[in-house]
Amino acid sequence: MSDAAVLSVRQVSKSFGSRRALDAVSLDVARGEMIALIGPSGSGKSTLLRAINGLAPIDKGPGRIEAFGGAVQAQGRVDRDVRRTRIRIGMIFQQFNLVGRLTLFTNVAMGSLGRIGFLRGLFGFWPAETKNAAMAALARVGVAEYAGQRAGTLSGGQQQRAAIARTLVQKAKIILADEPVASLDPVAARKVMEVLRDLNRADGLTLIVTLHQVDYALRYCDRVVALKAGKVVYDGPPQGLKRKQLIDIYGPEFEDVFWEGAPQ
Amino acid sequence: MTDAATSAALKPPARPLGQWIFDVLLWGGIIIVLTLSFGPAEIEKFPRLFSGSDNMREFGRAFMNPDFDLLPFFIAQMWLTIQMAMWGTVLAVFIAVPLGLLGARNIAPAAIQWPVRRLMDILRSVPDLVIGMVFVVAVGLGPFAGVMALALNTGGVLGKLFSEAVESIDKAPVEGVRATGAHKLQEIAWGVVPQVAPLWTSYALYRFESNSRAATILGLIGAGGIGQILFDSLNSFNYSRVAAIALVIVVAVTLIDILSQAIRSRLI
Repeated sequence: MSDAAVLSVRQVSKSFGSRRALDAVSLDVARGEMIALIGPSGSGKSTLLRAINGLAPIDKGPGRIEAFGGAVQAQGRVDRDVRRTRIRIGMIFQQFNLVGRLTLFTNVAMGSLGRIGFLRGLFGFWPAETKNAAMAALARVGVAEYAGQRAGTLSGGQQQRAAIARTLVQKAKIILADEPVASLDPVAARKVMEVLRDLNRADGLTLIVTLHQVDYALRYCDRVVALKAGKVVYDGPPQGLKRKQLIDIYGPEFEDVFWEGAPQ
Repeated sequence: MTDAATSAALKPPARPLGQWIFDVLLWGGIIIVLTLSFGPAEIEKFPRLFSGSDNMREFGRAFMNPDFDLLPFFIAQMWLTIQMAMWGTVLAVFIAVPLGLLGARNIAPAAIQWPVRRLMDILRSVPDLVIGMVFVVAVGLGPFAGVMALALNTGGVLGKLFSEAVESIDKAPVEGVRATGAHKLQEIAWGVVPQVAPLWTSYALYRFESNSRAATILGLIGAGGIGQILFDSLNSFNYSRVAAIALVIVVAVTLIDILSQAIRSRLI
């Protein structure tokens, strides 16, 4: 792992029954990168992200995932101190994964659960620092005016931006975004992608974003990693993704994964 | 192909013989069991409902003239019964929350879940009258024995209902909380509890309704309250007083039902 590397995935495999979702995947991520993870449905994109913060345990064997120099999981076991690592890795989900009955503010304040006192966190006595951070984060992503509303009453785009705000309150250094725009309309999707890119450019956060739409990967990311049937089949700059590589990844119907026209 | 052959091919489906036999055995069995139970259940006394008219007339006359002399006393005793039901239900919730979480498939490991479920089964299956008698022996006659009986029995019932509510939650928000690096207990407090809170509150209110009826019956074993006055009056054949007490109970329980249903319909 080089000095600037924040994340290292080594020979990671993951099986669901007899199906291999990840097949000896290796990936090194340097600080400040914005990586698009693409590939057809079932290629292992989500599984890889969930493995990186220890939500999904990997198969036994040589596979190893490290973040910030510490193990997340190895030998098919999630590290006992994974919570300490998780605090520095924020996660955004396709379905936002906010608690619908709680206010946007509470949902975002929960980002601080990992670093404030256990009892304070358990009973929701948020410290002033959390409150300020939560409101600042909500303002930054543009939904501060809805802070007092229940998360479940807001639109998908608003909820997704609140989910991003939660990772900001968490003070995450790496953000993993699992299909963050797949459930959104094009306008909301673009807003969310712009917020994510701003976090990368202005705050120097490291982002790994799985994307269904290859346009977004090309437009917003510096590096594209493509998975197919659990294997890395492309890892390089977006400019390198030509027609031939896309057919390799998606098959002859690759135009379907573009919203605004595929490269010729 | 002839017409006859075509119509034969289109014959409606016949009922399999096995199903016929099963039906005959099932219904035949039910009839036999009911016939055998006729004597022991004294169903032959049915005509007495109408022929024992002297007793019924006296009972009915007294019932039509309720004796409200002691109304303030009855109301005070009714209130005592409701207080028993309230404390019984609240203590039951304290029992049911940990049991409900530890008995839920998606929260607790199987090794914990199984004994917790058996414990809830036991609490539920022992009638509150029986638990009440044990507590009368332990803590003496009076409302506290009734409160404990309600708490344990309702604790088992609510525990079961609570864990079913927990098992039907959406796990995505819980994962969202987990991804922030939260402790397991914080995951439950923030990811699980907000999802089940409306249902839990509704179940607890519903049990409070039925507990205010059950607390009345507990007067039978000396747990105090309106029930005890009711049975004392019944045993001394003071039917006018029984009528007054019954009216107080009906009004009080109806009011509690209406109030609690109004609250529950707002929750969900």
